[in-house]
Amino acid sequence: MQKRIYGIETEYGIIFTPEGRKTLPVEKAIRFLFEKLITTEHFLNVFLENGARFYQDTGCHPEYATPECASPGQLIIYDKAGERILEDLQIYAEEKIREERIAGKLSIFKNNTDFVGNSYGCHENYLVDRDVDFYYLAEQLIPFLVTRQIYTGAGKVFQTQDGIHYCVSQRAQHIYQKISGTTTNDRSIINTRDEPHADREKYRRLHVIVGDSNMSEYTNFIKVGTCSVVLQMIEDNYINKDFTLRNPVKAIKDITYDSTCKRRLRLDNGREYSPIEIQREYCEMAQKYIEQYPVSDEHKQAVYMWQHVLDCLDTDPDKLDRQIDWVIKRRLIQSWVDKHRTSWTDPRVLMLDLQYHDIRRERSLYYLLERKGAVERLYTDEEIDAAKTEPPQDTRARMRGEFIKLARENSIQYDLDWSNIRLGNLLNVRVICNNPFETDTEKVAELVRTIQKTNLRKTSLSKLVIQS
Amino acid sequence: MATFIRLTEQRDRRRARVDAGADPLPMYMAAGEQKQKQKGGGGDDESGDSGGGQKLAEKGEELKEEMDNLLDEIDAVLEENAEEFVKNYVQRGGQ
Repeated sequence: MQKRIYGIETEYGIIFTPEGRKTLPVEKAIRFLFEKLITTEHFLNVFLENGARFYQDTGCHPEYATPECASPGQLIIYDKAGERILEDLQIYAEEKIREERIAGKLSIFKNNTDFVGNSYGCHENYLVDRDVDFYYLAEQLIPFLVTRQIYTGAGKVFQTQDGIHYCVSQRAQHIYQKISGTTTNDRSIINTRDEPHADREKYRRLHVIVGDSNMSEYTNFIKVGTCSVVLQMIEDNYINKDFTLRNPVKAIKDITYDSTCKRRLRLDNGREYSPIEIQREYCEMAQKYIEQYPVSDEHKQAVYMWQHVLDCLDTDPDKLDRQIDWVIKRRLIQSWVDKHRTSWTDPRVLMLDLQYHDIRRERSLYYLLERKGAVERLYTDEEIDAAKTEPPQDTRARMRGEFIKLARENSIQYDLDWSNIRLGNLLNVRVICNNPFETDTEKVAELVRTIQKTNLRKTSLSKLVIQS
Repeated sequence: MATFIRLTEQRDRRRARVDAGADPLPMYMAAGEQKQKQKGGGGDDESGDSGGGQKLAEKGEELKEEMDNLLDEIDAVLEENAEEFVKNYVQRGGQ
């Protein structure tokens, strides 16, 4: 598929730290995050003006799902916009908590683990053709997904009985299956939950749940960009090499413990390759592929960055201390340890790890580096700020975003999900939009005009369904 | 044979450019990084040998100072009760 819909769902870590005797359990703290959102939808589950969804997920995690995006770059901007939206909500929530006379600090982290072994995810969604054999696609993709952590990992300080390790990935230790249907136990690399939120006869969803949440725009872009290219190659039957791993779940853990990225893994055919070598093979195929097939400029860019990143990993990973999350964070901690003449076992090291991921920019170590120009950016603050309120213009999210604005201006009662708009005081008018590429906002405007004329707020229409 | 050499030369040159931080498409290039690499690269034709070492040393000092400032700022924002905070940071499992 050349035209594809992309989405990322990010679950955030949240904690309230009291500064007095009164405290706030997390299930209460999280409710304050929703205080600022005006909606007629269910509490703790709302769609935003930019087309995204914000809700409370399993385990009391605030979760932001980007709107439907039409390219990897656009997706990264909307993922970042989610951080900013959450930062606004957090600032407001802290005020509200103070008004309740509870002193303390509400912290939100964009990472995937605490330090006692719990994990929360970052799920990537790629729309794929229903015609593609899903299990074939998954098998082809798994060696790529297992080894890509060497440039997509967010890094983690991991304490074990033998001491401190610095792992490449946050998520790798929490993966127990290749493919499965669950997300809370027995987490897998690829999840089979097939919710395309679109015409099921045409599309299915590829749900990748093995990835880390990224702070770096560069890392996040290369994560989605390279996966998308590999996906396209598989769909075009372009991949002619077999990298099936003998034990992918073990491999994913071996790789995360090896920050040289060079320890060899055994393939099903008995050969042994390092993660860098497997990635190089995919990357070389991609370089040829983009010469022969129609591919977007963003995808070409992703392939060039991919090669650059692999070259650096091969020679000296520290060259990526402006681009790749796990390297940026490791360098930061090492410099701090050197300055204080302490060691990685210093308990403050775990705090450095955590605070790198703080979404409150004035507290966050990642954003401190960003302000200093010490990390590479791909997008501007203006682009990210605009994405907080404006939906993507080339997907269905545009219709949803426009509708939300019009409905609020006209005080119309509504309820939404990804492919339906329900409105009216009995929510008896329903617009179905099964095509995620549809952008016809005139339809939405027309609908709102009709409602204004008939004054739906007072009279109750019989059930009306508009198929989009 | 000649063609082959030219091709590998081209590829090597392309590699060299990538190594220097100059990606083939400039869209995402970090201007800062490029400058830094050019300055700190050493052995440049223009700078020559005389004074090159001194310049490098100055640059090294500058970088060290920047790093020290950065680390001071980290200490200023780092959670005061780090050990306690980390101990209390227990999340319920998510998806």
